[in-house]
Amino acid sequence: MNREPAGVVVRTVCRRLTPFVQLFGLYVIMHGHSSPGGGFQGGVILAASAILLVLAEGTDWIRRVSLPALTVLTSTGVLLYAGVGGLCLALGANFLDYSVLPFAEPRSVGMLLIEIGVGITVMAALVSIFRDLVMFE
Amino acid sequence: MKSLHVVVTVVTGLLLVLGSLDMSSPGDPNSPPATHVSPRYVESALEETAVPNMVTAVLADYRGFDTLGEVTVIFTGAVAVLLILRVTRDEDET
Repeated sequence: MNREPAGVVVRTVCRRLTPFVQLFGLYVIMHGHSSPGGGFQGGVILAASAILLVLAEGTDWIRRVSLPALTVLTSTGVLLYAGVGGLCLALGANFLDYSVLPFAEPRSVGMLLIEIGVGITVMAALVSIFRDLVMFE
Repeated sequence: MKSLHVVVTVVTGLLLVLGSLDMSSPGDPNSPPATHVSPRYVESALEETAVPNMVTAVLADYRGFDTLGEVTVIFTGAVAVLLILRVTRDEDET
């Protein structure tokens, strides 16, 4: 698939819209534990902003996205999640028992950390899958 | 062969309908799912986890190990797609 850039109106609107979409995605991840949302939903919104840019700007820029960086990001989220669990284990509690983490509200912060991990993995995985599908001849 | 497909599909569908007849109605406070662990989550999720969103409390705290599995599934999906579909430079040149 080799998509040409869309018309100037579509391109401008999508380019102006993208930062707000990404900001909303970050909000959904960060507020996952106090309002509807979470890592999965926020990660999908972040990935959707990249897909929106591809639809508007064509496939040129996503061809230049570094493949190792995408793969590293995909595994970083899983490792962050499992790392929080392992940290709890190292501090003397059960796996993913956040109560021993050294924060004021340990369970809340532990949940935020794993939601961030989920968000990173979902975003990078979806962008990676989308990129492979776009590049596939 | 085609009639076998139809028979399998119809039998599976009938089994699913049969199973759904036995389900408790969603709002019933005396149904088994609503009397087992749900009251514990509803009553003590806020004080135990300091998180006002009960869904996230169950998903990320009480059943955190399950969510770790879900993230691993997504990671595995991305790896499978890149193994099958990724176009490398070597293939472009040949």
